Amino acid sequence: MAEKMELDKVVVWDGNYAAAQALRQAQVDVVSAYPITPSTGVVEGYGKFLSDGYVDGEFIMVESEHAAMSGCVGAAAAGGRVATATSSQGFALMAEVLYQASGMRLPIVLCVVNRALASPLNVRGDHSDMYLGRDSGWIQLDAFNAQEAYDLVLMAFKIGEKHNVRLPVMVHQDGFITSHTAQNVHPLSDDEAYAFVGDYKPLDELLDFSRPVTYGAQTEEDWHYEHKAKQHKALIDSRVEIDAVFAEFEKITGRKYKRVESYMMDDADVAIVALGTTVETAKMVAEELRKEEGIKAGVVAPRVFRPFPFDAIKETLANVKAVGCMDRSAPGGALGALYNEVTSALHSGGSTALVTNYIYGLGGRDLTVDAIKDIYRELDKNAKSGKRSGKIQQFVSLRGPKLEYFE
Amino acid sequence: MRQSENPKFLGTEELLGWDEVTQGVVLDSFVDEVDNVAFLKQEERPYAEFNSFTASVADWRVVKPIYNRDICIDCQNCWIFCPDTSIISRDKKMIGIDFDHCKGCGVCVEVCPTNPKSLLMFEERQDIDEALSKWPEKKKKSKKEEEK
Repeated sequence: MAEKMELDKVVVWDGNYAAAQALRQAQVDVVSAYPITPSTGVVEGYGKFLSDGYVDGEFIMVESEHAAMSGCVGAAAAGGRVATATSSQGFALMAEVLYQASGMRLPIVLCVVNRALASPLNVRGDHSDMYLGRDSGWIQLDAFNAQEAYDLVLMAFKIGEKHNVRLPVMVHQDGFITSHTAQNVHPLSDDEAYAFVGDYKPLDELLDFSRPVTYGAQTEEDWHYEHKAKQHKALIDSRVEIDAVFAEFEKITGRKYKRVESYMMDDADVAIVALGTTVETAKMVAEELRKEEGIKAGVVAPRVFRPFPFDAIKETLANVKAVGCMDRSAPGGALGALYNEVTSALHSGGSTALVTNYIYGLGGRDLTVDAIKDIYRELDKNAKSGKRSGKIQQFVSLRGPKLEYFE
Repeated sequence: MRQSENPKFLGTEELLGWDEVTQGVVLDSFVDEVDNVAFLKQEERPYAEFNSFTASVADWRVVKPIYNRDICIDCQNCWIFCPDTSIISRDKKMIGIDFDHCKGCGVCVEVCPTNPKSLLMFEERQDIDEALSKWPEKKKKSKKEEEK
């Protein structure tokens, strides 16, 4: 039996350590990992807890992230509770196996500490790895600080392992700003946390020798489509179970999570839609601008990036006149993903809001308070005049002549 | 030896809707719970519909091995090397070929040590009895080899 760890009511943890503690408290059976900056602390933390006797499990050291996720797939199919962590290039190398994991409906938890994708090589935080995973069939939860990273990792097991969900879950946090910044965290006790997550209940496990099963069958045009449709349904329908787990978590911690978080949206005329740590800065800026300049500013943040909260986004933004969709990933010859998805939700509700796509923060470029203020001021101007003052897609805090596209 | 009389070819199974397919494409190997299945012979196992043993892929093959029992020494080489477990051997006696799963790769012929070989490749349409009646004679060693 694993030793228990006495934790203070309030601890000072960075996002990586918070995630590692959650893996320990969930008593993860297998971590198969190839550590990469800035997510190293997650699997390093689990490894230390394992060596020190605080978790009963296995750490599999592998030769690449492709192998790391493959190890997770094997261990999860065998019937264990499984997790790992990665970032950026490691995430990209895992990509093939991410689709295998979701297609085989294996509830693996992947802690993704968001980092830019090369080239040019960069270790700082942006959301290009998160966006790379958006069609992979995984549930994607997004933490904005260390506390949320801890909470969401615990909840990720509970959501993914439900037998009517059985999907892998990514828990995202921003590289360095969350992963390496020590913050106050209110952890659960080991007993409370484990009771919340619950024992792993295997399904179709390979180690059941009385009922041997095949994983990873090949299907061509006569079967593949039906299987992918069933998988999509499970992902879309997981919304109900995600809400249920969020509600259960609130009961024991008092911390409330929603698939779409919103701040000061009751009477907002303008809103910023963002992911990650930007949400917290935007909240602060919105409060200031309400006081100082009378701008009715709000913030909307998809806590659950996949399944995309289409309905909740539409509802939350129904009465807003101008929206700024913040994409922290090089858009690769299109509008940003958040812009595309938010505008489609708004359009389906008949909204005539003016939506602007702000590309920002690539490779860890800081998004300052002043830059967010300027964005809100532009949105406010658009809302009041009823027309767009700049182009639809704009690059924020970029040196050189203004880069903007589409009218 | 065997090819099922009414082979169920891969792709001829009943097609199901998205609401009926299994979660995660997980396929049962057997229709019932099994105990010590490794100790059961293939013909004794309760294979499920989507076990690959149940489906015939005989139509993938263009050439086939024919087996001559009179020459075979039951060395088991072909059984060991067959990549499709299609050599049927019981109690270390070679009893035939599983033509539902044999792909006609010819590895069994390649590894057969007898003279003449106990397995030879023929066109798929070749009649087995006719092939056996025209089996090649034992090859004499060449003079050079005798001198050695």
